[in-house]
Amino acid sequence: MNAEDKLLSVRDLRKHFAIKGGILSRTIDKVHAVDGVSFDVGKGETLGLVGESGCGKSTTGRCILRLIEPSSGEVWFQGADVTRMDGEALRALRRDMQIIFQDPYASLNPRLKVGAIIGEALTIHKLAPTQRALEERVVQLLERVGLQPDHMHRFPHEFSGGQRQRIGIARALAVDPKLIVCDEPVSALDVSIQAQVVNLLEDLQEEFGLTYLFIAHDLSVVEHISTRVAVMYLGRVVEIAPSRELYDNPLHPYTEALLSAVPIPDPTVKRQRIMLQGDVPNPIRPPPGCHFHTRCPIARPDCAQRTPELRESGPGHWVSCHYRG
Amino acid sequence: MVRAVDGVDLHIDRGETLGVVGESGCGKTVTARSVLKLIDMPPGRFEAGQILWRGRDLIPLDQAEMNRIRAREIAIVFQEPMTPLNPVYPVGDQIAEVIALHQGLGRKQALEGAAEMLRLVNIPNPQRRVHDYPHQFSGGMRQRVMIAMALSCRPKLLIADEPTTALDVTIQAQILELMQEMKERFGMAIMLITHAMGVVAETCQRVTVMYAGKVVEEAPVEALFGDPRHPYTQGLIRSIPRIDRSQARQARLESIPGTVPSLLNPPAGCRFAARCRHASDICTRAMPPLKEVAPGHRVACVL
Repeated sequence: MNAEDKLLSVRDLRKHFAIKGGILSRTIDKVHAVDGVSFDVGKGETLGLVGESGCGKSTTGRCILRLIEPSSGEVWFQGADVTRMDGEALRALRRDMQIIFQDPYASLNPRLKVGAIIGEALTIHKLAPTQRALEERVVQLLERVGLQPDHMHRFPHEFSGGQRQRIGIARALAVDPKLIVCDEPVSALDVSIQAQVVNLLEDLQEEFGLTYLFIAHDLSVVEHISTRVAVMYLGRVVEIAPSRELYDNPLHPYTEALLSAVPIPDPTVKRQRIMLQGDVPNPIRPPPGCHFHTRCPIARPDCAQRTPELRESGPGHWVSCHYRG
Repeated sequence: MVRAVDGVDLHIDRGETLGVVGESGCGKTVTARSVLKLIDMPPGRFEAGQILWRGRDLIPLDQAEMNRIRAREIAIVFQEPMTPLNPVYPVGDQIAEVIALHQGLGRKQALEGAAEMLRLVNIPNPQRRVHDYPHQFSGGMRQRVMIAMALSCRPKLLIADEPTTALDVTIQAQILELMQEMKERFGMAIMLITHAMGVVAETCQRVTVMYAGKVVEEAPVEALFGDPRHPYTQGLIRSIPRIDRSQARQARLESIPGTVPSLLNPPAGCRFAARCRHASDICTRAMPPLKEVAPGHRVACVL
C-alpha cells in the first residue's frame, strides 16, 4: 500500500493489563491482551479484524481510539501519532474517528432522548451554530439511517435492537468521521436484522467515503463486508490478506481451522473439518514461540522456541508461520 | 397477556435430531422449556394443548411425577453453561447428585459415575477434574460438563437450547461433534433450539421454523434448505452471508424489511404478512393453517 493511500497505520501495538493481588494490591502478573500488532488500513477500505474471544481484537480497536491507553506502540492517523496526542489534538481526533459498539442496549444513555444522544457530539464539537441547525442535522441523520424524524423525541428503550444499532450509527456519523471502528456491530442482532444493518453500513461507506475497521467473530459477515481481513490469535495478527484470497487460500493453520469450523447453511455441502484440540491458552502466560503451537496440527519442535514474524508470501498476503506460505 | 407460543404442533421421532429455529422472541425457548414444564407458573400457564411423551400427556403430571421424567427420560442443556451450575460445589458432586438421585446409587459410586461421564465428554484428567469448581472450567469445557450431567441418566431425549451460541466457532464445532457422538452412542433424540441456520444444516434431520409464536414451516432438512416454501424461511436463508460461495461475494445481502411484531397484540391473520413481499388481503384476515406440500413438508402460507 502506498503511503498516500493509508489512513491508519498501527505499529507494534501492545496492551498489557496488570493483574493485582495480595493485600498491597501489587501487580503480580500481566495479561498480554494485545501483543505486538501491526497493520495498515487504506482510505475507503474495510479491514476486517477477526478472531475468537480474548484474542485482543476489541482491545486493539479501543487502543486505536485511545479509549484504552496502549502500553506501547504507534498508531499513525493522517500523519500524526495518536498515542502521543493529548488535549485539543485528541479532541479533534475524536471527530475523525468514531466507534459503533456491539451492544446497542448498553451503549446508549437510557436517560437521554435519541435527539440528544445524536446531537451531543455536534454540541461538543461546535458543529451546529443554532438549536435549529442542530435539529435539522439530527433529522437528516435519522432519515439517513432509516429512522423517522419524530424518533428524536423518544428514549432508547422504545426501540428494537436493530433500530438502536441504527441510532448508534447515526451518532457515529454525526461528526462526519473518516474512520469508524465497528466493534461487533451486528453480533447481537437477529439474522434478518443483521443483513439490514450490514447493507446500511455498506451504503454509508459508499456515500461518505468512510473507512471501516470491522471487528467481528462471525467470519461470514466479515468476509461479506471486508476488503481485507486480519486474523488474530492470542494478541497477535497471524495472517492478513485480501478478503477473497484469505477465504480461498488460507495459509496459517489457525485461519484454516477457523474457516473450516464455520457451519455452512446448506445440508448438501459436506466439508472436511479441522478440529482444533483444547481451548485457547491463558493469555497471562501465552505459550512461548508461536502462540498457536500448542493446538497447531502441523507444529514442529522449534515452533515452541522461535516466534514467527509476519512476512509477505504473495501480493498483499501476509502470514506468520514458519512452515506455511 | 403474551401468548409466547400459540398453537405450536411439533413431534420428534425416536433417535432423530429436530432443529427448532427462529429469531429472538419467536417462542422456540418457551416451547422447549414447556416440554419439561420448566416455565414458572404463575405467571406462565398452559392455556391449551398436550405434550405427549411416549403416548402420555405430561401437562397433568404433578411435580414428583415430572421429576421422574426429567433427567431420566428427557434432559436439557442451556445456552449459558455457567448459570445452571452451582458455583460453590465441585462439578463432580453436581453430576453425582443427579446420578445418585435418579439411579439410587451411593455417593462413592455416583462420583465414579460422574468421572466416567466427564471422560465420555472428553474432559482431560476426569478423575482429578471432578473435584474442580465450575469457574475453573472454560466456556467450552463447562458446556461439556452440562452435557455430561444431562446425559448421566441416559435420557431418551436431549433438549439443547442454543447450546453453542455463547461459544467460539472452533469450540462450537467441538461441542456439535460431541453431541453427535453421544447421540449415536446412546441412541437418543435431540431437540436443538437455535437461531443459526448453519448449525441446523449440519446437525439436524428435520427442521421446524417458528415465527412470532407460530410454526410457519416444517420439513426434512434437505427440503427446507433446497426448497424453502414460506417467505420467512426463504428470507432467513437468503439473508445469511455464505463463505462457501465466492460468486455471491460483494453482492448486497437480502434482508427482511421491518421487525418482528409484538406478541402483546399480535396482528390478525398471518403474523409475517407485514414483512412479506407476497402478502395480499387474505393474508391479513386469517392465519393460514399448516398444510402438507410434500411428504413431511408442511407450510403455513396461502401461496
